[in-house]
Amino acid sequence: MDTLDLARWQFAITTVYHFFFVPVTISLVAITAGLQTAWYRTGKDKYLRLTKFYGKLFLINIAMGVVTGLVQEFQFGMNWSDYSRFVGDVFGAPLALEGLLAFFVESTFIGLWIFGWDRLPKKVHLACIWMVVLGTQLSAYFILAANSWMQNPVGFRYNAERGRAELTDIWAVLTNKVVLVTFPHTIFAAFMVGGAFVAGVAIWHLVRRPGVDTGAFRTALRLGAVIVVVAGAGVALSGDQQGKVMTEVQPMKMAAAEALYESEKPASFSVFTIGTLDGSREIFSVKVPYLLSFLATGHFDSEVQGINNLQQAYEKLYGPGSYNPNVPLTYWTFRLMIGVGMAAVGLAVLLLWLTRRGREPHRLLIWLALPLPLLPLVANVFGWVFTETGRQPWLVFGLLPTSAGVSPGTTSGEVLTSLLGFTLLYGVLAVVEVKLMFKSIRAGLPGAAGTPGDPTRPDSGDDGSAEAEADAKPLSFAY
Amino acid sequence: MELTTVWFVLIAFLWIGYFVLEGFDFGVGILLRVLGRDEPERRALVTTIGPVWDGNEVWLIVAAGATFAAFPEWYATLFSGFYLPLFAILVALIVRGVALEYRGKRDDLPWRSRMDTMIAVGSLLPALLWGITFANLLRGVPLDASYEYVGSLGDLLSPFALLGGLTFTAVFVAHGAIFLALRTTDELRDRANRMAGLSGLVAAILAGGFLAWAQQIRGDRWSLLIAGLAVLSLLGGLVANRFRREGWAFAGTALAIALAVTSLFVAMFPAVMPSTLDPESTLTTVAAASTPYTLKILTVIAAIFTPLVMLYQGWTYWVFRKRVMVEPPVAVPSGAGS
Repeated sequence: MDTLDLARWQFAITTVYHFFFVPVTISLVAITAGLQTAWYRTGKDKYLRLTKFYGKLFLINIAMGVVTGLVQEFQFGMNWSDYSRFVGDVFGAPLALEGLLAFFVESTFIGLWIFGWDRLPKKVHLACIWMVVLGTQLSAYFILAANSWMQNPVGFRYNAERGRAELTDIWAVLTNKVVLVTFPHTIFAAFMVGGAFVAGVAIWHLVRRPGVDTGAFRTALRLGAVIVVVAGAGVALSGDQQGKVMTEVQPMKMAAAEALYESEKPASFSVFTIGTLDGSREIFSVKVPYLLSFLATGHFDSEVQGINNLQQAYEKLYGPGSYNPNVPLTYWTFRLMIGVGMAAVGLAVLLLWLTRRGREPHRLLIWLALPLPLLPLVANVFGWVFTETGRQPWLVFGLLPTSAGVSPGTTSGEVLTSLLGFTLLYGVLAVVEVKLMFKSIRAGLPGAAGTPGDPTRPDSGDDGSAEAEADAKPLSFAY
Repeated sequence: MELTTVWFVLIAFLWIGYFVLEGFDFGVGILLRVLGRDEPERRALVTTIGPVWDGNEVWLIVAAGATFAAFPEWYATLFSGFYLPLFAILVALIVRGVALEYRGKRDDLPWRSRMDTMIAVGSLLPALLWGITFANLLRGVPLDASYEYVGSLGDLLSPFALLGGLTFTAVFVAHGAIFLALRTTDELRDRANRMAGLSGLVAAILAGGFLAWAQQIRGDRWSLLIAGLAVLSLLGGLVANRFRREGWAFAGTALAIALAVTSLFVAMFPAVMPSTLDPESTLTTVAAASTPYTLKILTVIAAIFTPLVMLYQGWTYWVFRKRVMVEPPVAVPSGAGS
């Protein structure tokens, strides 16, 4: 493998890994803030205990998000220095905005929230977690604006002498039509993960520890499942909009998503295909007529461009070369994103039905505890793999090929060193994180403020109450 | 002032903010196992930086991001050229960040002890490597005509660079010790005070030597004057430490770090990456900069939000101004939580 391939693998691995923590952070902090607000408003103890319980899980998660995010900020320059030179004038601005507006807010107010339980007035303390929510939303917006510019470059001019893109309209970059649809899609998708996580943890407790904090966990289960369903609807609606924008600005990505080689009018959507996806032969395929036309354009009978036609057009525009992304990868990740995400919504609906009107969850439902949060998380990853590999062979669509962005002076030995180093470190950290997460989930709700330990806990022996007491003290709650 | 110069000053300011702030939490991390003799003591030490270390680290992220935005060529050359040191810094910062956040989330001593070691190593390594990196920035590195780094890893490990690494480390240890003397009580406070005196002396000698050598390599009377003031501030901080005026001592080391970093940037200006091969291939602010339009937007944003950030970060330090006491352990040690 040469430097380019290694650098691409490294970006894929470090970025997908980073993104395991991002949707959980975005949604779980908002859900925690919501729970704390419910406590502030109603004074009910269960909300406080849920806040601390899910807040701790949120902190375990965000710690990983923060440290793996550092790599993101550095690796554009390390592995992709020619890309950085090319896009810095445009791409750097939203990135700097993200740091100055979002990261400072997140990191500072998280510190205040963790350590401020007994130092700050209740209202101010509550405001701190909402500031973190604001920070995560801003961060998501700016980084998606930067990414959207790579999908659909706007608000710039190409300076041939310097060989770089130069910003001419920051407002156009921040209101790129791609970011306007990608932001809600990403945020809703994140809430599917967080809602499913909250519900999954709650099922585990309700089934494994019957009679312990049933009321609180029932609230969490219903809340989490409702969030999954509502966010799922948001994902579908925003995704539909996104498909239409994508067809407009990156028709090749849509054609590859469907493995549609020849233009069709009207175009049908294939649910799945057995056989090769290289356009030569198709053994078996289940198709829904007219659907692709509708997904791509909003009309049931319009034409959808095929890969071959687009390839011809691009050769005329950009010169000889292949302009196809990896079609099987694009085709399958697109389907899996939709299918796996829909499965998550299905499970959430099922869960709501089975626990309706005070029904206790059946013990078999414990088998949903893990798949429920994992499905939307995996769907998130499929979505990103789809949108990023579907942009290939471009790094910046129509402007900069991926092969032209890699650092010219960096050796494959250096890239291999960091690739192996990060992969190894990330592997170890994943084990540490997951173990700690499971341990904290098993520990259950902390004792209420002022009452060390929960008397209803059956396993409230010496160890349990010590830990519960520790959790009731503000500082030990986190450090 | 030219916008490119404004942004050179702002980038310098972000690095100063980073080293002044993360400098003391690196110091606390390095000293964690030296000053803290048992778990409750070490926990108190970690608590002094607990609410603030993450916010301090964001100064680095913003310095990198702002360099990317305002001087893309500088960002590209620096980060691809100093590849392996930066990779090592990232690994160390990742390990350290995870350890800081996870140490208290389990109630068992071996776990916490392991995390403390990770915090110490994860603080020591970046301190050393940032010193090496900044010494190389000032000294210059082999760059070709397209501002590409053409040296090897060995080129980054000159004696001057290694002295830079040691100097940064020693100064951060002294800065961290003084911070701890300011933020703890009783015996920990006394121990931190003695450590500050000892490490401060080493730091002053190293810093004096490093800054003098730096002036030999490049500099003018302004950078010389500022470097001199940096050493004086450090000595002033040590005198204050001797008289147990901890607030003044901390102001002394903070100012010393700010002035020392300033003198390095003043000596470099208008170069951002001097080349040791050919003066023609030295990267300057103007050659590295983004367009005036981008710089103008960035300036407006920075003018509004940097003071705001300083305001609310300052408020955090005010909220957590109370000294941290060593608390007896709350849980049955070892294995209680497993």
